[in-house]
Amino acid sequence: MTSTQLFNAVTLAYFASMVLFVVYLATRSKAVALGGNILAYAGFLMHTAAIGLRWRETYTLLGADGYAPLSNLYESVVFFSWTILLIYIIIDLKYRQRAVGAFVLPFAFLAMTWAQLRLNDAIEPLVPALQSNWLTYHVITCFLGYAAFAVACGVSIMYLIKFSKEEKKPENTPAGGLMALFPSTRVLDDINYKAIMIGFPLLTLGIVTGAAWANYAWGTYWSWDPKETWSLIVWFIYAAFLHARFTRGWVGKRAAWLSIFGFAATIFCYLGVNLVLSGLHSYGAGG
Amino acid sequence: MTAKERSFLTAVWDFLCSLKLTIIILILLAITSIIGTVVQQNLSPQEYLQFYTEKTYKILDALHFFDMYHSWWFLSLLGLFSLNLICCSIKRFPRVWKTVMYPNLQGDDSLFRTLSNADEVVVPGTLAEVTEKLKAFVQKNFAGTVVTTGEDRTYLFAQKAAYARFGVYVTHLSILIIFLGAIIGNIWGYKGYMNIMEGTAMDTLRLFGSNEPLKLPFAVRCDRFEVTFYEGGGGRPKEFISDLVILDQGKEVEKKTIQVNDPLSYKGITFYQSSYGPAGDPIFKMRVRVKDSDEVKEYMARQGEHVNLPDGGSFAVTAYTQAYDRFGPAIQMHVNTPDGNHGNPFIVLKNFPDFDAQRGGKYIFSLDAINQRYYTGLQVGKDPGVWVVWTGCFMMIVGSLAAFFISHRRIWVTLQPVGGKIGVRIGGSAHRNQPAFELFFDGLKEKLKKELNV
Ligand code: HEM
Repeated sequence: MTSTQLFNAVTLAYFASMVLFVVYLATRSKAVALGGNILAYAGFLMHTAAIGLRWRETYTLLGADGYAPLSNLYESVVFFSWTILLIYIIIDLKYRQRAVGAFVLPFAFLAMTWAQLRLNDAIEPLVPALQSNWLTYHVITCFLGYAAFAVACGVSIMYLIKFSKEEKKPENTPAGGLMALFPSTRVLDDINYKAIMIGFPLLTLGIVTGAAWANYAWGTYWSWDPKETWSLIVWFIYAAFLHARFTRGWVGKRAAWLSIFGFAATIFCYLGVNLVLSGLHSYGAGG
Repeated sequence: MTAKERSFLTAVWDFLCSLKLTIIILILLAITSIIGTVVQQNLSPQEYLQFYTEKTYKILDALHFFDMYHSWWFLSLLGLFSLNLICCSIKRFPRVWKTVMYPNLQGDDSLFRTLSNADEVVVPGTLAEVTEKLKAFVQKNFAGTVVTTGEDRTYLFAQKAAYARFGVYVTHLSILIIFLGAIIGNIWGYKGYMNIMEGTAMDTLRLFGSNEPLKLPFAVRCDRFEVTFYEGGGGRPKEFISDLVILDQGKEVEKKTIQVNDPLSYKGITFYQSSYGPAGDPIFKMRVRVKDSDEVKEYMARQGEHVNLPDGGSFAVTAYTQAYDRFGPAIQMHVNTPDGNHGNPFIVLKNFPDFDAQRGGKYIFSLDAINQRYYTGLQVGKDPGVWVVWTGCFMMIVGSLAAFFISHRRIWVTLQPVGGKIGVRIGGSAHRNQPAFELFFDGLKEKLKKELNV
């Protein structure tokens, strides 16, 4: 068994889990939700094993030059997807709100599909600039932060859907039907905020470890290159979110929109800088 | 100062202390920062004129968009940001200091009115007895308790993690410290590069940007530069290595083999491996065997030079690479016949000495070594502010973890004799994570009732 085969199985598991969660939204069958969750957990275990396997494969293939599989776009997307599941599972254990799965698993599934179909999965030895422990810490912290923001974005979308449904009804009763499956708006708002509160220090740590890496490699901890600048933009947005919340009481709808907006900037930082800005200029190949 | 002046100053002060300003600046910083990622920074005018018309170029230049992160307006925004942070802290910190250092030990009626977690019971006993009981209870279930007495009442107070209130201030201060570090680096630091040929020493670097020379208080010698490639890596470089020696007043004081991600520092100046290049033509050490004989000759050949062979012909190496696909170092060469006819070019691989025999020529060439001298390209930097920046980063992470996740929790108990019994009032508050505190407090109430048998 190769890691690629295992990653394919993981992608299938996430797909099936996603379908079951959507079916759950339609049928409200508890058993279906349980099935979806079992597949999500099983997929996560396989995913973990597959990352470990790929790690070992780098050593089989490259001998002493093996590396932690977090070094190219393919590996980072796979890891991103893994962190989304990790955060989902933490939230599932704490809140037990299965409908969240229908809004979080698609992110993980799409990431895996894109990685498996479109990205180069060859194991290639690292060029000198990438041979740094700081880089490993950098990738891990950044992506855990991104995943927390992804979850915050998912529940914010749920919040807006549920909120608009409840708003239409004259008396302020909780919405029935499909909406009854969603956690209450209060819980959704709370998860949004908690996820960002977890993601923000991780992003801070990610930016700091990235700066440390740049400092060891090039003697410049900050050079305003587009990737760095975009990570700072994302940081500014979530800092604004937290301050608006802590001190001005921004909750609910405005907080949900700001969270979605923040995640859009996160995605741009992660992919847009390489895919869009690098088309505009010559940079973007690195980092 | 007239009333009008005073009200103007108050208005300025309120503006600088306002949180709305904080949020507006954060959003403005986010938006303006985008500009520098779309407009490429610090190119030459000629390069810009390839993308932009003259008119656009002039407008963008006037707006300082070509070096926006160092423009007056962006730096002013950062300055305002710092001022906002400082003013807010000056305004709010004294109150927080008081809350932590001189806590309100006596839970009076007005305080209890503000607490959402509170309860009341009446129990038999003397004031002294009940006080002892409750003191032990709070101590056991929460934290060390301070007892004070008022006119007819006794007050208990206990708290946990009061220092968490400082987390926000540590975080905010850390931002100013990072800025300070950046300013120190900009004033007293510099960045440049030097290209040192193998076997030579240098004491002058060229600054980035201005390209001005700058003399160091010592010299650096490069004894060896080497680039290694991955075997079978399709020519991927594995390591760039330079053996550096620091010569301070002519004496060798420090030696280090540096590579990418592993620089050398001496007297606050750091040398980073950043590039390399060939210095002069390479010399190829060739071994030539005459076909079907044991006759072997060795030659040293410069690139492009014709070297005579025993039969009156000659050979010349015309090109070389350190990594010919997966096969390692290789040269391209050709052989001229004695009458001067130019032969077809062919490849000789260093790692496969017998490979050339398959060509079937009169001479079988193998490549022993490529003696190429290199220069090593070092980036040189001095940044006395970098430790200030790391200190700030550390404070930011510790401070924000404390600010977000550690909650300052307080419990007040007030005891008052009422009609031969003792009225017990207990209340508490937390500055973060109220739901968790509510759970804790509900549990505490249950336990208290059991303890007091009510
Ligand atoms: C970037 C520049 C920043 C400015 C100008 C700023 C400004 C402020 C101000 C004025 C307050 C209100 C203070 C108070 O209520 O005592 C505040 C609160 C807060 N700030 Fe910042 N802040 C900044 C960055 C940060 C960062 C990066 C973090 C977190 C890592 C942070 C975390 C907090 C927290 C947690 C509070 C809530 C205080 C509370 O309600 O107890 N701030 N900020």
